[in-house]
Amino acid sequence: MKLTSMSSIVVPRITNHKDELLLPALTLWWREIVRFYRQRTRVVGVIASPVLFWLVIGSGFGSSFRSGAGDQHYLDYFYPGALIMIVLFTSIFTMMSVIEDRKEGFLLSVLVAPVSRSAIVLGKVLGGTTLSTIQGLIFLVFAPLVGIHIGFGSYALVAITVFLVSFALTALGFAIAWPMDSTSAFHAIINLFLIPLWLLSGALFPLSGASPWLRLVMQINPLTYGVEALRQLLYPATGGTLFESMATLVLFSLFMFGLAFLMANRRTTKPAA
Amino acid sequence: MSALAAVGSVPQQHLASPAAIAVRELVHRYDNRTALNGVTFDVRPAELFGLLGPNGSGKTTMFRILSTLMVPVGGRAFILGHDAARDPSQLRREIGIVFQSQSIDVKLTATENLRHQGHLYGLRGKDLSARIESVLERVGLADRAKEKAENFSGGMQRRLELAKGLLHGPRVLLLDEPTTGLDPGARRDVWQYLRLLRDQDQVTVLVTTHLMEEAERCDRLAILNEGKLVALGTPTELKREIGGDVIVLDVKEPESLSSRIQTKFDMDVRVVGGQIRLERDHGHRFVSDLFEAFPGEIDAVSIAKPSLEDVFIRRTGHRFWSEQEQHGLTTETRRQEKH
Repeated sequence: MKLTSMSSIVVPRITNHKDELLLPALTLWWREIVRFYRQRTRVVGVIASPVLFWLVIGSGFGSSFRSGAGDQHYLDYFYPGALIMIVLFTSIFTMMSVIEDRKEGFLLSVLVAPVSRSAIVLGKVLGGTTLSTIQGLIFLVFAPLVGIHIGFGSYALVAITVFLVSFALTALGFAIAWPMDSTSAFHAIINLFLIPLWLLSGALFPLSGASPWLRLVMQINPLTYGVEALRQLLYPATGGTLFESMATLVLFSLFMFGLAFLMANRRTTKPAA
Repeated sequence: MSALAAVGSVPQQHLASPAAIAVRELVHRYDNRTALNGVTFDVRPAELFGLLGPNGSGKTTMFRILSTLMVPVGGRAFILGHDAARDPSQLRREIGIVFQSQSIDVKLTATENLRHQGHLYGLRGKDLSARIESVLERVGLADRAKEKAENFSGGMQRRLELAKGLLHGPRVLLLDEPTTGLDPGARRDVWQYLRLLRDQDQVTVLVTTHLMEEAERCDRLAILNEGKLVALGTPTELKREIGGDVIVLDVKEPESLSSRIQTKFDMDVRVVGGQIRLERDHGHRFVSDLFEAFPGEIDAVSIAKPSLEDVFIRRTGHRFWSEQEQHGLTTETRRQEKH
């Protein structure tokens, strides 16, 4: 019939329909990375800002407060918190690209492709996770400067922790960004929720010194377990239950990915963009 | 409707129904505003079909439903037998879509954009590279393949959009206002590609537009107004229904004069946008009759062969571009401007 004649002229029709998840997820992930390193200012900001922030806040607070953990210098106490902060901001902000993609129209062409929604979530979230994990690991280069000398095994665990926290937060960022149509609304949400989330994670001040109700908030804050795990790994002397923290982080990651997946999977009678 | 039922069950290669796209009683509402109010039409295979309507007529809504971005409140839409609302994943493989808004990533090169698109459609390796090469050749971008899309002109970006929509060899191509923001030359190019697709590859092309001169180039047209189908047919057929010439009069008192013309000549007279409109064979002769009958009352007169806008006015009783729209007040307009 005549329809088959077209195939030979231009482009043959697709015969393989199986790969709806991995290849699309991979290509979306690849695009996040390429876009990132093609924007030089983003690359510079990613490396310079956390170091600056850590030094300024750490030094400033360090002379005013003594940390709760005995004779530890505040700059040392603050190190895991700063690491989490870097990961938090990078993770969440990379997902601003969801809003940009939607506004620019790029997302439309992905939404009408024969791609499962989980591929979209996975690709975007893994892209953001990769970027913020790399950023977190770059910050780890400074670890020896604050007197951290740990074995390779511990560094590997640190990397895993950073990855888990990145993944969970990026997925959270995705879930927040998905229904939004403006980046300013996104900023508002971040200021409202995420900065307090970080402040109350034990990053800035320890759990032990807080008032009872604040302690409760800190205990149900998943970020607390990220900070906790990092502190235990970086300063083995602190002690604590590493397994519990890591398990909590895994659960947190799964929950956030599920949330992002649910958000992306709603097919509605409302315009998608 | 029995032919329609067959569409769903019969393999596409042996389509019993001649329709490539079948829209049945489609209804859609945004909150309380009705965007589509029971629209039904068919698009035949290898047809260049136009969806013409002013902003707010529902054509963007129609486009969103056909491209599986949105589920309609009522009615059904089929492309090659697949229900857009119930079977989106099958349908998505069969159709290529070119959006009005830019969907290419300007930070990527032409090839990278297409590779990304190909991966989304499950294409890879040599097959994908060959497709990318041929599709870039086709839209005349082969020599710019390695350049970032942000360095492209508007027309070139559009062509890359087109390449993106064609990469997986769809049998049905949907385009939403594909020539928005293009200069006349680039606009002509796009239409030439569309005709080529129809003629050489038997691709069914559905294109939305609010431009009369573009609508004229379609094989068949559906004209939408306020969510309803007001006309369906070839441009020539539609214009033929208007008898003779269209005469438009600028006068000081349109209402009073129109009723007097009506009584005197016993014919249909309309007042549209402060002007008197009438249809008449041998318009030039009739005009002199008018001037004799109502001396001094007519400021200006125009006689023209019927256009698609005349068809629209005849079917809806108002002009294609309403006052409200020109001020950008309708929701649809605002939404489109965001794009």
